[in-house]
Amino acid sequence: MSRRTLTFSIFRYNPYDPEFEPRMQEYVLEETPRMTLFTALTDIREKLDPSLQFDFVCRSAVCGSCALLVNGRPRLACRTRTDEIPRRITLHPLPFFRLIGDLSVDTGSWFAQMAGRVQSWVHTTRPFDPASEEGRMSNEQALAIYELDRCIECGCCLAACATAHMRDDFLGAAGLLRIARFLIDPRDQRTDGDFFEVVGTDEGVFGCVGLLACHDYCPKNLPLMTQLAYLRRKLALASLRPPLRWILRQIARRVA
Amino acid sequence: MTRIMTDVLVIGAGLAGERVAIEAAAHGYQVIVLSLVPPRRSHSTAAQGGMQAALGNMAMSQGDSADVHFEDTVKGADWGCDQDVARLFVNLAPIAVRQMAYWGVPWNRVVAGPRQLPDGQMVEESLEKEGLIAARNFGGTKKWRACFCSDGTGHSLVYTMDNVALQLGVHVHDRAEALALIHDGQRCYGAIVRDLRSGELRTYVARATVIATGGHGRIYGHSTNAVINEGTGMAVALDTGVVPLGNMEAVQFHPTGVVPGDILVTEGCRGDGGYLLDKDEHRFMPDYEPEKKELASRDVVSRRMVYHMRQGYGVESPYGPHLWLDIRHLGREHIEKNLRDVAEICRDFLGIDPLHQLIPVRPTQHYSMGGVRTDIDGAGYGLAGLYAAGEAACWDLHGFNRLGGNSLAETIVMGMVVGRTIARDIASSEFALSEGVIRSATMQVEERLRGLASYGLEYVYDLRQRMSDILMEKVGVFRNGRQLTEAVEELLELDERAKHLGLLSSGRGPNPEVSAALRLPGMIRLAITIAYGALQRTESRGSHYREDYPARDDANWLKRTLATWPPDADLPHLSYESVRITELPPGERGYGEAVAVAGKEGARV
Repeated sequence: MSRRTLTFSIFRYNPYDPEFEPRMQEYVLEETPRMTLFTALTDIREKLDPSLQFDFVCRSAVCGSCALLVNGRPRLACRTRTDEIPRRITLHPLPFFRLIGDLSVDTGSWFAQMAGRVQSWVHTTRPFDPASEEGRMSNEQALAIYELDRCIECGCCLAACATAHMRDDFLGAAGLLRIARFLIDPRDQRTDGDFFEVVGTDEGVFGCVGLLACHDYCPKNLPLMTQLAYLRRKLALASLRPPLRWILRQIARRVA
Repeated sequence: MTRIMTDVLVIGAGLAGERVAIEAAAHGYQVIVLSLVPPRRSHSTAAQGGMQAALGNMAMSQGDSADVHFEDTVKGADWGCDQDVARLFVNLAPIAVRQMAYWGVPWNRVVAGPRQLPDGQMVEESLEKEGLIAARNFGGTKKWRACFCSDGTGHSLVYTMDNVALQLGVHVHDRAEALALIHDGQRCYGAIVRDLRSGELRTYVARATVIATGGHGRIYGHSTNAVINEGTGMAVALDTGVVPLGNMEAVQFHPTGVVPGDILVTEGCRGDGGYLLDKDEHRFMPDYEPEKKELASRDVVSRRMVYHMRQGYGVESPYGPHLWLDIRHLGREHIEKNLRDVAEICRDFLGIDPLHQLIPVRPTQHYSMGGVRTDIDGAGYGLAGLYAAGEAACWDLHGFNRLGGNSLAETIVMGMVVGRTIARDIASSEFALSEGVIRSATMQVEERLRGLASYGLEYVYDLRQRMSDILMEKVGVFRNGRQLTEAVEELLELDERAKHLGLLSSGRGPNPEVSAALRLPGMIRLAITIAYGALQRTESRGSHYREDYPARDDANWLKRTLATWPPDADLPHLSYESVRITELPPGERGYGEAVAVAGKEGARV
């Protein structure tokens, strides 16, 4: 592999430094074999500019901390190898989320409020009995729940979402997927109607306009398109059910 | 300065911290959890393998019980653990797994019927157990006992735990770092905390303070740990001068972290028949371990790899020398099916196709058995009102070597225990806070910040690099008296230089250089504590391997190191306490390593 010289153009802003104007700043780095944006940004911070803010935790694409815009597209920085991209690399923080500084955004607060809004926990009246065997579940069902539980809250789906850019109360694909995860969980006693209360609005499932950039940019390849369609269908039905039930009751009364 | 009062302050929002928080909240106490990052990004998430609990639901776990789990744990620890703790742990682990299922973890389940194991053996899963929680195999255990969720066990546990914390009204203050404990030498009253969003300081006053900050892996140059695992909680405890850290010299290495990036690739690669090759693409393990070859225990393989690289057989790279892991001969079908995660790591992070190319690997720091010493209830030694849980603690379940899958289980089981202890203690203890104590803790932190801003020519990342190099080179998988003495001296020099840290940047707001500079002195002191403890321990036990003392020495060293760092002392103060042996007297681990290692390397030294 021939060595390249990489030029990074990185968005800089420190809201706590009055002398710091928002700007793009350039850094030049020699590419090394198997370099990723994690190794590159760490090098830039330690060798060129110790004030540069960005977020990495696991650096192995499981924690969701490091999503940013690489040449305009949302992706996980840790899983972006420099040999996959041109030698001029532009990095911006993810849009939609509150900026902390430079490439660092506050995804944590957004996802915490989302979890609160969708009441992201198993709702059950059954108590836990430490003395008894676990409740049974088919492996198929467990795998189906796990498949929807794989979201790492990186925020790429929201950064790419047209609705999210128009309305900041939109739950986004991540929020809707969370609902789907509990909807299929037999341990959760909430009914379709309960879920409809939470997401049967324009902030929820009916806000989605179907552009599906969320699906294209999800770094975990979550089945977002299928799940959004499933939720729409399911909750549209749930919204119909009370009147349908009423009509059926009227018919039954007449027949009687 | 903003002051926040709470019943319980938990520092660290990984599995251990949040489990403590949940237990305390369930008892009706107000709980605030501090975290460097949003809780769901904690390093617990990266634990992919499994959580040990003797449920005995699988064909390959028939006959498993808490007793067998106990025996595996104590042997794994090389008898360095407290057996009453191990007993409590193995008894509670099944309850913890089932409670996580109740809370929503999608554990893989037993599917009835025949199936073929990777080694070709056929087994029959019973219909009677269908739908119960499944388990898989893990190194060092007699039975299949590791409960798992596909390839994301830690992820599902963390997400479920954080859901329950939210449900119970636990307040999480993320992007916050505890810089000092508030204490008077007798009791702990909370912590002085830096807000990593704004750079401002805040005071948290609490009736109970819990350290659950995970491991210190990142003080080593190469670690599988997340970049936030810098031992911050252990460092603030050591900084009190009265709270001892237990067995800090007990540090586990994993043979196969990839280069660069140090991401762990599973032991399964070698288990399934992968080879380790040197720069000449020579398979060297059979030269050292003719019988077990690549399948010798984690510690032995790590030591052989480092030895071989020291002989000049490492592959040079800009990231330092490494060796190759070769799985090409296992074939496409096997790799894509059974080693999918490994293939993904290679392709995504290294740009390597493991079907046709070699994987660059080297031994990498993996886990810290040592930590804030607690009693069996999780109460810290030295200060009332201080507790610890998880990897940050030395409970002491793991002794000198942790069993795979026992770390996840420990976070949750110990979290549960500590939460109960806190509920008990708060109900019965008096709490009277003096303003003077808060003032002195605040002044100490402000002084450090002023020091950084006003003088100092030392650059944090230079010193940090030096520290991690010293640890890798001299306090790694091989240790000997000469190198450990050098390490202690060189680290003490760094400790001195760290008093003159300065800043290259403005230091304003949530500046990462300030964060690093505030952490480094504590990290250096942890490094010294590890090196000094290792120097004094003139035996080999579990992961602590002394070339000059290659045998375990129960007569003199069946005991735990306790390290405190009194104010103004030049070195940590070491004392020792006996290990509690209640059921299983010391014996052979049965890993087949001790004799071979002593025979070969004893001669070389």
